[in-house]
Amino acid sequence: MTAVEAAAPPPARSVPRSGWLVVAAKEFADHVLSVRFFVLLIVLGLAAGIPLFLATERIHELASQVSGAQAVFLALFIIGPQDVSIFGLDVSVQGFIGLAAPLLGIAFAFDAVNGERAQGTLPRLVAQPIHRDDVINGKFVASLVAITLVLLSVVLLISGFGLLRLGIVPAWSEVLRLIVWFVMTIAYVGVWLAFGLLLSVVVHRAATAALIGFGVWMAVAMFGRFLLNLILGAIAPVSDSTAIDRALGLYQLHAFVLRLLPTTLYSEASSVLLNPSLTGTNTPATLGQLSQAQQQIPTLLSLDQSLLLVWPHVVALVALTVICFAIGYIQFMRQEVRA
Amino acid sequence: MTEIGEPPIVAAGLTKRYGELVAVDSLDLELRRGEIFGLLGQNGAGKTTTILMLLGLTEPTAGTARVMGLDPARDALRVKRQVGYLPDSVGFYGDLTGRQNLRYTARLNGLRGEEAEGRIDEALGQVGLSHRGDGRADTYSRGMLQRLGIADALIKDPDILILDEPTAAIDPIGVVEILQLLRDLVRERGVTVLLSSHLLTQVQSVCDRVGIFAAGRLIGLGTVSELATRFGNDTGQVEVTFDGEQATEAAERIGPFLAGIPQVEHVEPASAPGAPWRLQVRPASAGRLVREAVLAGAARDGLGLTAIRSSEPSLDDIYRAALLEAGLHRDAVESAGPVGAVA
Repeated sequence: MTAVEAAAPPPARSVPRSGWLVVAAKEFADHVLSVRFFVLLIVLGLAAGIPLFLATERIHELASQVSGAQAVFLALFIIGPQDVSIFGLDVSVQGFIGLAAPLLGIAFAFDAVNGERAQGTLPRLVAQPIHRDDVINGKFVASLVAITLVLLSVVLLISGFGLLRLGIVPAWSEVLRLIVWFVMTIAYVGVWLAFGLLLSVVVHRAATAALIGFGVWMAVAMFGRFLLNLILGAIAPVSDSTAIDRALGLYQLHAFVLRLLPTTLYSEASSVLLNPSLTGTNTPATLGQLSQAQQQIPTLLSLDQSLLLVWPHVVALVALTVICFAIGYIQFMRQEVRA
Repeated sequence: MTEIGEPPIVAAGLTKRYGELVAVDSLDLELRRGEIFGLLGQNGAGKTTTILMLLGLTEPTAGTARVMGLDPARDALRVKRQVGYLPDSVGFYGDLTGRQNLRYTARLNGLRGEEAEGRIDEALGQVGLSHRGDGRADTYSRGMLQRLGIADALIKDPDILILDEPTAAIDPIGVVEILQLLRDLVRERGVTVLLSSHLLTQVQSVCDRVGIFAAGRLIGLGTVSELATRFGNDTGQVEVTFDGEQATEAAERIGPFLAGIPQVEHVEPASAPGAPWRLQVRPASAGRLVREAVLAGAARDGLGLTAIRSSEPSLDDIYRAALLEAGLHRDAVESAGPVGAVA
């Protein structure tokens, strides 16, 4: 920022070298001071805190059983309370964050561009000496940073709870895993943020954009799996009478189709990163692999092995973000300044 | 950056089409340094489109524009750094104060710290908002927002001010204030002002030159009196008012008497007793002769003359005449097809 100041020579007029930074700084300040920021912080804190509180008993039990095991600290995030099930959804902290992250992404972006239009500030903004894409880039970055802040507070809160209340001290490898998982979660938020931004460019009313965003979130996060399973069951049914190798093939297909959903990608990657004892995300493709999987000795993967396992997931998530962002970007660049 | 003497704004064959619709049709225009130029036309005449092309916010379909010697389509950033722009129905972030809104603009123009604050104070003072600068923008009235918009355009210390409908939706006193502000700005800062408006009479008082815009074409260009000569068919106007209380017998003699004056071409009777009669005079330079004839005749015939004056042709009249001549008058336009799709 000081570079901008230093680069203002008296004769020629200064043009900010990074207009997106100015936009991002303003947007970030807006976000952090906004009501929506605090509401989401509280809601997400509760959503993550309640299952954790309920799961305390189980983690205690687990901790006494496997004292010395590597992954007890991470259990804070992956173990949900017993006998609590909502729509068959994952009620662990991990599951809740996976559910709420899209909501954050949409909530911080659905009115990014159409809000400026409605206020009549867009023509004024783009008439300043910045590139037009600085507007959209700055907004994306500001929202991502604000969401990172929200999620970071929640994760630190949970970690602190684990340290103080349960007396679980994380090993370094666990901290590392947590950091990698956190970064991956941010990448997942990026998908929904880019989607929200796309909506704010294409849909001219903020309220409509929000409704569409939440509708898509509901469809994908809550019912997506269910719907796809229903469709797959109709197209490629697997019954008891199906030959075992054919059934395996069909399961493969099912797994592939489900991975078209970003939610599936995230939950698989998230499980692997937080649980070193998971050694695969793929269903066995052949009988040989199936028996191999059954004979496997339970082991804990090192972080780099886990990462290798979920790398395709991460790449897919980033690609989805890029696609959504690119469509929004192109649309925004082509739009007339006047609505 | 610009050579001395180069016009601040030049448009040559500037054209913008939206599909079938021609919003701006090969516009040729040259602004002089330090003048106030009024771009006049109905809504949908292509004024805003022209402005957006000059700012590099819309690509022209054909033709070129040069602003301060730069091509806005290629060098948009440098153009936008030197041109202050007040958009049509300007908006501000309601949850920020006026000052914070201006600070954001200053940052976007690469201004920081004391330099920015100094500019903000100066601009707020110039538009008379110093006392309200720290109030939230959503508590501002429409007129205050408009003035804040002008302050916003001034933050970057522009060489050119482009104001799109600066007086729309403002009360009459506010309009006078804003026009006075523009005059002061030109005098103090030497900026060149391009303003667009559909409220013609307001603009008449402040513009050095005007361009009449209709259906994307510039159908008239010059000072108001030049345009009056050009579109007035060399006629002038004299308004004569008689005492409304006098005897009907005398009142009946007024009409034939006025029509009898040689240079008077057309007489428009008073709409009510005591209202002015309008005389069309040809040639335009004969106004004085007619006034003297009326004076002498009224004294001779005992008509109760109360007022007499030559009236300037209003820009509204000129505008109507120009539209008629171009075959673009509303009546003509409506039968020809829609024109008003682009604001």
